[in-house]
Amino acid sequence: MSDLQSQDYIRRSASTMTPPSARSHEDEVAKLIDVSRCIGCKACQSACMEWNDLRQEVGHFEGSYQNPNDLSPSVWTLMKFAEYENEQGNLEWLIRKDGCMHCEDPGCLKACPAPGAIVQYANGIVDFISDKCIGCGYCVKGCPFDIPRISKTDHKSYKCTLCSDRVTVGLEPACVKACPTGAIMFGTKADMKHQAEERIVDLKSRGFDKAGLYDPAEVGGTHVMYVLHHADKPSLYSGLPDKPGISPMVEAWKGVMKPLALAGIALATVVGFFHYMIKGPNEVTEADEAEGERVLDETEKTP
Amino acid sequence: MTNTWQDIKNANVVVVMGGNAAEAHPCGFKWVIEAKIENGAKLVVVDPRFTRTASVADYYAPIRPGTDIAFLNGVIHYLLEKDAIQHEYVRAYTNASLIVKDGFGFQEGLFSGYNEETHAYDKSSWDYELDDKGFAKSDDTWQDPRCVINLLKQHVSRYTPEMVSRICGTPQDKFLHVCELIASTAAPDKAMTSLFALGWTQHSVGSQNIRNMAMVQLLLGNIGVAGGGMNALRGHSNIQGLTDVGLLSNQMPGYMTLPSDKNASFDDYMKTRLFQPLRAGQTSYWQNYRKFFVSFQKAMFGDAATQDNSWAYDWLPKLDIPLYDIIKAFEMMNNGQMTGYICQGFNPLQAFPDRGRTRSGLSKLKFLVTMDPLDTETSRFWQDFGPQNPAKSAEIQTEVFQLPTTCFAEENGSLVNSARWLQWHWKAADGPGEAKSDIWIMTGIYHRLRELYRKEGGAFPDPLLNLTWKYTNPVDPDPEELAKEMNGRALADLTDATTGVVTKAGTLLDGFAQLRDDGTTMSGCWIFSGCFTEKGNQMARRDATDPREQGIAPNWAWAWPANRRILYNRASADPEGKPWNPAKPVISWNGTRWVGIDTPDYGPTVKPSDGVGPFIMNAEGMGRLFARDQMADGPFPEHYEPLESPVDNVLHPKVKSNPVARVFADDRQKFGDAKSFPYVATTYRLTEHFHFWTKHALINAILQPEEFVEIGEVLAKEKGIAQGGWVKVSSKRGEIVCKAYVTKRIKPLTVDGKPTHVIGVPLHWGFTGQARKGYGANTLTPPVGDANTQTPEFKAFLVNVEKTTAPVTA
Repeated sequence: MSDLQSQDYIRRSASTMTPPSARSHEDEVAKLIDVSRCIGCKACQSACMEWNDLRQEVGHFEGSYQNPNDLSPSVWTLMKFAEYENEQGNLEWLIRKDGCMHCEDPGCLKACPAPGAIVQYANGIVDFISDKCIGCGYCVKGCPFDIPRISKTDHKSYKCTLCSDRVTVGLEPACVKACPTGAIMFGTKADMKHQAEERIVDLKSRGFDKAGLYDPAEVGGTHVMYVLHHADKPSLYSGLPDKPGISPMVEAWKGVMKPLALAGIALATVVGFFHYMIKGPNEVTEADEAEGERVLDETEKTP
Repeated sequence: MTNTWQDIKNANVVVVMGGNAAEAHPCGFKWVIEAKIENGAKLVVVDPRFTRTASVADYYAPIRPGTDIAFLNGVIHYLLEKDAIQHEYVRAYTNASLIVKDGFGFQEGLFSGYNEETHAYDKSSWDYELDDKGFAKSDDTWQDPRCVINLLKQHVSRYTPEMVSRICGTPQDKFLHVCELIASTAAPDKAMTSLFALGWTQHSVGSQNIRNMAMVQLLLGNIGVAGGGMNALRGHSNIQGLTDVGLLSNQMPGYMTLPSDKNASFDDYMKTRLFQPLRAGQTSYWQNYRKFFVSFQKAMFGDAATQDNSWAYDWLPKLDIPLYDIIKAFEMMNNGQMTGYICQGFNPLQAFPDRGRTRSGLSKLKFLVTMDPLDTETSRFWQDFGPQNPAKSAEIQTEVFQLPTTCFAEENGSLVNSARWLQWHWKAADGPGEAKSDIWIMTGIYHRLRELYRKEGGAFPDPLLNLTWKYTNPVDPDPEELAKEMNGRALADLTDATTGVVTKAGTLLDGFAQLRDDGTTMSGCWIFSGCFTEKGNQMARRDATDPREQGIAPNWAWAWPANRRILYNRASADPEGKPWNPAKPVISWNGTRWVGIDTPDYGPTVKPSDGVGPFIMNAEGMGRLFARDQMADGPFPEHYEPLESPVDNVLHPKVKSNPVARVFADDRQKFGDAKSFPYVATTYRLTEHFHFWTKHALINAILQPEEFVEIGEVLAKEKGIAQGGWVKVSSKRGEIVCKAYVTKRIKPLTVDGKPTHVIGVPLHWGFTGQARKGYGANTLTPPVGDANTQTPEFKAFLVNVEKTTAPVTA
């Protein structure tokens, strides 16, 4: 997706190469979504479609204002609507703009086996570099927020880029620009946290004792944060994870399994080397060739 | 709006009732959020459904559709009982102390003067007791039982919290909490804003709904002040402009009214329009009506309008009935009395009630002309689109001319927003294909008609042949030139009586104060006078400087009248001229003149001691708690059930519904009863769509693709309706088949002891455009109009709902 360069990277999937950190002086950015002043108008969705030139097919009504029905390769952000009856028996309609959270510790990037298909920039944005994507779907498994979607057409994974193309040239993401009530804000992560504090004071004064910021430590914090009236129960908001952990499989792959696998590869190399030294190179005999021909023939005949 | 969008941020309490501002006006709603964040405002929503506005509200109370007057009269009852009114304001600025004639009364649901046969009132008793000078008598001590305030107290005494809850289904505790929040703004330095829209107008008592809240606001001293006012959020660009230039069958530009056939002569006409002051020394601004009228006639007929021919008065149409509105037009089509129809920027097949009746009316026409940027349902009414438009094309003889027009972004011009700002806009692109501007098309029709009249004569060719048409390009007049005509110019050298300044003939006028009734000025729309002066196009101004950061930027565009941003702003100051709220002053008296951030809605040098009332358009100079004879259905609002309602009127069973609501005899049989149609339905917009336009745009169609209705969980369970399942919703007029949204946001209400279910019917889908085909909410709605405005009752009617299967599509 990106117009950015390798010098902007601080992390790169499936790669031991250390990015140069030339942009380490850059401030980390964040998008702050104040759920308490979101009116669910979907201007963000429509701005996302416009800027990224995405058009899902016209769908059906499926029992909610949530349209399209789900995120997809052409739906990078989606308003989710939850009807919640609180302890006092009063209804609350909790509307949340869903999309990539741009984790500080991105599960997708960790899980990705394709070198450089997922990168993180110095400003914190996590981006998919589509032409390096192999469509394996590991990022989907790795994401604690169920965000990436694999295209059935080109078998590549897609998600919100936090408008990295706009941010690079000093613009705010398209959804931020379109939001009519200022519910979506954008700036440095420090500024956004400060903004959130002010909002939380106001919400507490209006009776939301548990108002707070959603910036989950489990993924090292996120570059998309929410102000929630019920920060003690994020899952009320259409299943926002209470504790968004990266799948143990991914952690295992990056943790215990990866060194083991690397050790396995190293071992194979060492064994191969000694085999060569002791037994000499493997040579193909005529019998081997004939056997190869036979296997190929049989494969071609099988429908 | 009396105030401006930006001014909403000054409110302490924002009441959204009779509208759904977040959903229908998401951009303007930012100012409500601003009020909450920057001013600590409380947002209160009263609505049958828990809406997107309710989702960000501090307090929500449910209400049964069509019972707003019971609620608001209950609020007035509460305010008077708790004495939570702004006394000094009410005494000085409202007609609370004026004494009403002895003949006026209210009994068993009827005001004095009702005529059973004509379904109309003789309103002569709805007036003040006058003294020998013709001035209204008053009792400033409020002791006289015939004082307006005492009659009001008596009128609302029936609306106790118990009664409100019984009628509206609003739980008493919720009602009382809303009352408390509203009452908190009776303090002189606190303001409440009322944001409303078609949720109030589209009722048989629509005008009274709005009046009712205006009365609440007067009692609280919230009219004319920053953060206050009655703010009608106009739903359609450019509907404010449409009303301003009088595009209604009984109106003329600037809220002047067309003569009726009872006004045989110009003098007869003027007698009924010039309102003489009802108290000593009052402004009674309509005294200038003759100046506005004569200047309008000069704009229409130029040199042909003279003193001798009474300024061409005879060339104006005279109404033989109160009005020829759209409901009437379709009645006439169905009766064969109207055979041709020009439908400009209007889609009645989607927009008007009782769709079947509209379709049959169009089918009987000889010709239909549609002028629209889009391929509207109306222009395709004759085509079979399956169950969503089951037309029998072979049987329809109507010849349809579909003229594509440019849209707003493809032409220069001005739009008037809700805040009365005329904002100039510039063409951004050429129209596609053969699209032409509305001006070009109408001009073409005009020239051809005039030519036909010239050649062939006709019953009455004079108005057309004498119309003045001095445009630089007579076949495609320039929008700027038309705007200048609206503004008006001097036709002779004018000398100002006080300053002696001479305005040369041909000069554009600075404002309507310069208009004269002797034929020396012309102006196409007096309230727009000042929009395009010798200083240039004032509507094109884009200076956002807001001197007090109080939401008034006087050099951004231009607001009618006289670039005034807050109407009645004299009432923002106390009788001595000091602002009620020193933190948010609008205008104040500096000892010699009125100064402040807004153009005074008052004589700029009229001293506070002169006792001139702030409501200068009214003959008594006061805000009216008692409306005299200005409303068709009573000087006080009274709760009447919608024409279709599930319960009796518990206040007066004999008079259930508005006795003067607009109903045609043929249509009375089209009302259903609660036995066959037990559920209350209401129609509305969703934020993803703009009426019937945006379903033509792919992105909007993606965001809200398909027709559905909203049904509460309790009813859905009772009827076996699944989430997203198919339902048939039927009324006496027709039925629609669509998906069901089973929701917690609509709860059954207990009305007079019985559970009442509400069905929500969004209105956007039709059979043209990019979204999925739908039947249209107006298949269900009844053809009944508000007694004053004839606006159809789209917001409260009866339906039945049943589980069904998907419609068979062609």
